[in-house]
Amino acid sequence: MLDTPEIETFDATAVNSARMRQPLYAARKKVFPKRAEGSFRRFKWIVMLITLGIYYLTPWLRWNRGPYAPDQGVLVDLANRRFYFFPIEIWPQEFYFVAGLLIMAGFGLFLVTSTVGRAWCGYTCPQTVWVDLFLVIERAVEGDRNARIKLDAAPWSAGKLIKRVTKHLIWLIIAVLTGGAWIFYFADAPTLLRNLVTGHAEPVAYITIAILTGTTYVFGGLMREQVCTYMCPWPRIQAAMLDENSLTVTYNDWRGEPRSRHAKKAAAAGQAVGDCVDCNACVAVCPMGIDIRDGQQLECITCALCIDACNSVMDKIGRERGLISYATLAEYQANMALATAGGTSTIDPRRVHDANGRLSDKVATFHLKKLMGPRTLIYLAAWTLVGLGLLYALLTRDRLQVNVLADRNPQFVVLSDGSIRNGYTIKLLNMIPEPRTITVTMQNLPGADMSVVGMDQHVERSFVVEVEPDKLKTLKVYVRQPRENIASSRQHFTFVVEDKSSHESDRYEATFDAPETGK
Amino acid sequence: MSEKQIDEFSGVSTTGHEWDGIKELDNPMPRWWLIIYYATIVWAGAYVIAYPAWPLISTATTGLLGYSSRSEMKAEFAAANAAKADYIAAIASKSVTEILADDKLRTFAAAAGAAAFKVNCVQCHGSGAQGSPGYPNLNDDVWLWGGKPQDIQQTIAHGIRFTEDSNTRVSEMPAFGDMLKPQEITQVANYVASLSGKAGDTSATDIAAGKELYAQNCSSCHGDEGKGNQEVGAPNLTDAIWFYGSTPAAIAAQIKAPKHGVMPAWGVRLGDTAVKELTVYVHSLGGGE
Repeated sequence: MLDTPEIETFDATAVNSARMRQPLYAARKKVFPKRAEGSFRRFKWIVMLITLGIYYLTPWLRWNRGPYAPDQGVLVDLANRRFYFFPIEIWPQEFYFVAGLLIMAGFGLFLVTSTVGRAWCGYTCPQTVWVDLFLVIERAVEGDRNARIKLDAAPWSAGKLIKRVTKHLIWLIIAVLTGGAWIFYFADAPTLLRNLVTGHAEPVAYITIAILTGTTYVFGGLMREQVCTYMCPWPRIQAAMLDENSLTVTYNDWRGEPRSRHAKKAAAAGQAVGDCVDCNACVAVCPMGIDIRDGQQLECITCALCIDACNSVMDKIGRERGLISYATLAEYQANMALATAGGTSTIDPRRVHDANGRLSDKVATFHLKKLMGPRTLIYLAAWTLVGLGLLYALLTRDRLQVNVLADRNPQFVVLSDGSIRNGYTIKLLNMIPEPRTITVTMQNLPGADMSVVGMDQHVERSFVVEVEPDKLKTLKVYVRQPRENIASSRQHFTFVVEDKSSHESDRYEATFDAPETGK
Repeated sequence: MSEKQIDEFSGVSTTGHEWDGIKELDNPMPRWWLIIYYATIVWAGAYVIAYPAWPLISTATTGLLGYSSRSEMKAEFAAANAAKADYIAAIASKSVTEILADDKLRTFAAAAGAAAFKVNCVQCHGSGAQGSPGYPNLNDDVWLWGGKPQDIQQTIAHGIRFTEDSNTRVSEMPAFGDMLKPQEITQVANYVASLSGKAGDTSATDIAAGKELYAQNCSSCHGDEGKGNQEVGAPNLTDAIWFYGSTPAAIAAQIKAPKHGVMPAWGVRLGDTAVKELTVYVHSLGGGE
């Protein structure tokens, strides 16, 4: 070392000093969820079967709509701008039904989240369902948790390669089928399938399959819990809907702590011991790789597999179930107060147990009544109201409609005999898949008559026109009124359209414009 | 920030930034996130090479793919024209009457005519073809030179009083200011106004005098009953439509020194097909005969 007094030393550190350096990125810490068994796991299997079943099979359901409309039960026909949902056919201007359903979905989410927490995330979110499905494959090919950890750590060998390739191949097949199922909602499924296989489908079909295959494989197979943690905004939003009476997956530390792996020894020594034997079963089964005993976390999707895992351990050691359970914050805090004697001391599980070691009567338990607070009822009422409104609109909506557009340029035309003529574009909407004969009649406006461009006839007050099934017919109609009849510059009259055979009708209040000095 | 500071709770080092006692953790990025981030940078570089990107002094780099929005527009234009080719060919080969009889062809021609009208005709006839004083309203049922399809076609193709076209429609009303006395002009004007009930409180003798003057000077073109003559473009004086105003004063002014509008011939400029399309459109406005 130099010991020269002239050389000044500085208190400085390089910005990239080796002592400060961290890796630029964090590799994903692999999660190897163990297979759980129990009532919540069974429920998840059922939900998975139902949701996947609906997704894959719906486009193949047939619904006979007669010769003029497609026979697919659910069809989003973008090319012809029609939405078919079994007996319901939606035209673009009836899109408010979709908006209504979205509002219902919103209220439904508020309702479900405010009562049973993030049930969407835990059971029905596509990400959860597909990750679950991909995990089934992973377990089938590579074995359960310990086998997978071992395989992952093992050096590359033929056996490992075969397992890995098999797993990824099956994942890719599922991903292709997932992307493939999506496009059947947008075209006749059997035809599209034939075209797909023979290479005659539209490029957009192949592109859609490719994109959805990629996202399914990457999100469901490779990224899994990272999608929920980093990419999805839902956890942040849903968390805001919870209150103290919402059910969440909770580790009941008021009976679990202090945890001990040697509970019997500790108890014999007179120490307070909780029910948690620190076996980490709850961590091993968690698909998000978290420890629920650390408290509520953003990563938790409330899938309740830790409840299943813990319950089976409690059964084995002869304790009551529910060390990890669905609990509300209110209930948890009451029990916590009980266990800590109002917060003045550390948790003593003896305070919540009776002399026989069972949970004491003083322990607050969940009651359905608590969920039915005003907030829940308001959400329920809003949800029901929107639903009933949509149902009413659906049952009373018109299948024959008329729209009238009055010419604005020019507003009116003076004819040689002094009479005034107005032009109208009439759009007749035949919203059923049957041809119709529609009578168009002009009401009020005495003395006036009509003529229809292209019909080569002077029609006086009423005419009959054929409208093709499920089509819109545009007519250009001129209404003429003798000058002596014109009472004001704006006269109101009515176009009435009627299907004489079904007695369906619609009307439009139109205006007849005339010059100010018309009289 | 000389030393690496480790956050006690999370075990993660901090950036050394601190606001109100809150320190910023220096968590590294997730790897997949960084991969996507770098992939977008690579994508941007490839994009710049493949597509037009860098502005030069008078042009820009063309890109390896040879893409340009102008050539894309040209291709779309060509495709659109190709799609219309059948219709255009049919319009070119058929007469206006035949086009009007064919429902699809008529609809196409009317739409094309409407577009041509908005470019070439609205300046005089108005965007709704409603006209204005001196420029005829094409929506009504009055036609100076005839409202049959072939009449309209003739008018559009060769114009009115358009001296550069030898087939143009020509007629001029003489200026009666040099031939009749002012009082006589007033009498004729009052009589003409009375033909469509606009004479007001004019005396019967005045109208009788006007009628006589009319028979001598005007009936050769406008007809004995004032019904006009489309052969020479003489307006009908008994209807409710007045080109230059309907008051006796306006009529008198027109008798004294008539105004004459000029319409250019469009046949040479727009071509035969466009003229036919315009004819179909004008005919469809509600007044076609």
